[in-house]
Amino acid sequence: MAASIPHGALSDDEARPGQHTWMHAIVRWLCITVSLTFLAAVLLAPLATVFAMAFAHGIAAYLRALIDPDTVAAVRLTLITALVVVPINTVFGLAAAWAIGKFEFRGKSMLITLIDLPLAISPVISGMVFVLLFGLHGWFGVWLQEHEFSIVFALPGIMLATMFVTFPYVARELIPLMEQLGNDEEEAAITLGAGGWITFFRVTLPKVRWGLVYGMVLCNARAMGEFGAVSVVSGHIRGLTNTMPLQIEILYNEYSFVGAFAVASLLTLLAAVTLVVKTLVERTGYRRR
Amino acid sequence: MSFRQASVLPGFGLTFGFTTFFLSTIVLLPLAALVLAAGSMHWSDFWHVVTSPRALGSYRLSFGASLLAASINLVFGFIIAWTLTRYEFPGRKLIDALIDMPFALPTAVSGIALTTVFASNGWIGRYLEPLGVHVAYTWLGVTLALTLISMPFTVRAVQPALLEVQRDLEDAAETLGAARPYVFRRIILPTVLPALLTGFTLSFARAVGEYGSVIFIAGNLPMKTEITPLLIVIHLEEFDYRGAAALGVVMLTLSFAVLLTINLLQGWGRRRHVRAAH
Repeated sequence: MAASIPHGALSDDEARPGQHTWMHAIVRWLCITVSLTFLAAVLLAPLATVFAMAFAHGIAAYLRALIDPDTVAAVRLTLITALVVVPINTVFGLAAAWAIGKFEFRGKSMLITLIDLPLAISPVISGMVFVLLFGLHGWFGVWLQEHEFSIVFALPGIMLATMFVTFPYVARELIPLMEQLGNDEEEAAITLGAGGWITFFRVTLPKVRWGLVYGMVLCNARAMGEFGAVSVVSGHIRGLTNTMPLQIEILYNEYSFVGAFAVASLLTLLAAVTLVVKTLVERTGYRRR
Repeated sequence: MSFRQASVLPGFGLTFGFTTFFLSTIVLLPLAALVLAAGSMHWSDFWHVVTSPRALGSYRLSFGASLLAASINLVFGFIIAWTLTRYEFPGRKLIDALIDMPFALPTAVSGIALTTVFASNGWIGRYLEPLGVHVAYTWLGVTLALTLISMPFTVRAVQPALLEVQRDLEDAAETLGAARPYVFRRIILPTVLPALLTGFTLSFARAVGEYGSVIFIAGNLPMKTEITPLLIVIHLEEFDYRGAAALGVVMLTLSFAVLLTINLLQGWGRRRHVRAAH
């Protein structure tokens, strides 16, 4: 995913043979035109539409749409979910990276594949598994009902589904990074008498901090934007179990376009911020493998 | 041979235990529930659900549109990656950063935005409508949405491979009189082929499971514009958990097949790379 063009890679191009022919000029022009046209139609036009539609009836209507109580509740639910899910998956990612990146053991590549599994699974299936387990007709459905505790169509289900889909994000950034950085400094610290936690916080964490930020930002973006998995477990109860993406769907299906696109504009801004942070992290020299 | 090699570093037991425990509770156990739910069905019931005309229609759309979207990305993804790595033009860095937008943008947002742009009164749709091209609420719209959300996979897979193409070889070939198309076919394409195929497979895998962006732009008519993930949701809403699980297992099997293909392709790419380095 890295914007992986090293500095100066393009600068010595002029000195190469065959760079000043007609053929080269035409191909170059064609490639740039095709790329930009494709991106403009498929990516830029939709992005611009989000804001055009959100502000179609002016700024006042936009702000009114945002302070709608159901929308505010959706924003709050999305924030709470991300606040719970991202730290948990971060702790998991750090633990997984320590175990996998610093030690050699059998079945390691199998473990990595299993951690990546949620990325390969349809979001709908990610949500469905929790309905099968905890839904009314699910395995633990009756037991949960007897104890008056609901997971599906309630906050715990939304959190579980979100945790499932964002599970690999931090781990898959940190595992290759820790593997690559090696154990020398940690071994030195331990040999000199530092404890395990001290070594982790004073030696390892500073080394991997940019990879950690990168993974957390991606994890957060996906957690706040997840639609399919959350849609299956949420039950779409207004003001209670509607996250921002679900609120978009409801408003859109009611032809309340300003409302739908106003919420969409917030998520688009979140995506933009995510990309900016990602670009800044890459500037520090951090590269994805 | 022991399970793990000796090391002075502490914390293996703690972190390994936590990792496997958490992985099992959050991911593996729920997935096992899915497989068991489908497994508890009688074989003939299972077969009846997964080969019903409606299910077959949904596979045709989901798999057909995903293949088409991945193929479109194979072409445009390569052109975009090529343009970004080989040419300098104003705004290149911005475009390069924007490529990841479909990753970061929630699928519901892509869905409603694409539908609005390509609806009959939308910015682009209004020019296609007189030509008889209906994008929104048809299979074309499904393909378009899948193309958008899977586009970064191809571009980001091909970009690093294009950077690794040995420019010296290209220069040498050109100095020796090779025409540009020949250089492309004999030097550039072989180097990026594994990456291109990996990108294709990743795009396809992402597209098959996609739900959020598609349901807005698809008409969601049974047999015509209904994707498999939507059919699963419909089964769930009717409390037909087993039917949903059966379709889920079909899709899961496919995901595994795709993952396996990706691993094989990446292994192939690495071997080629190692050979080229010697």
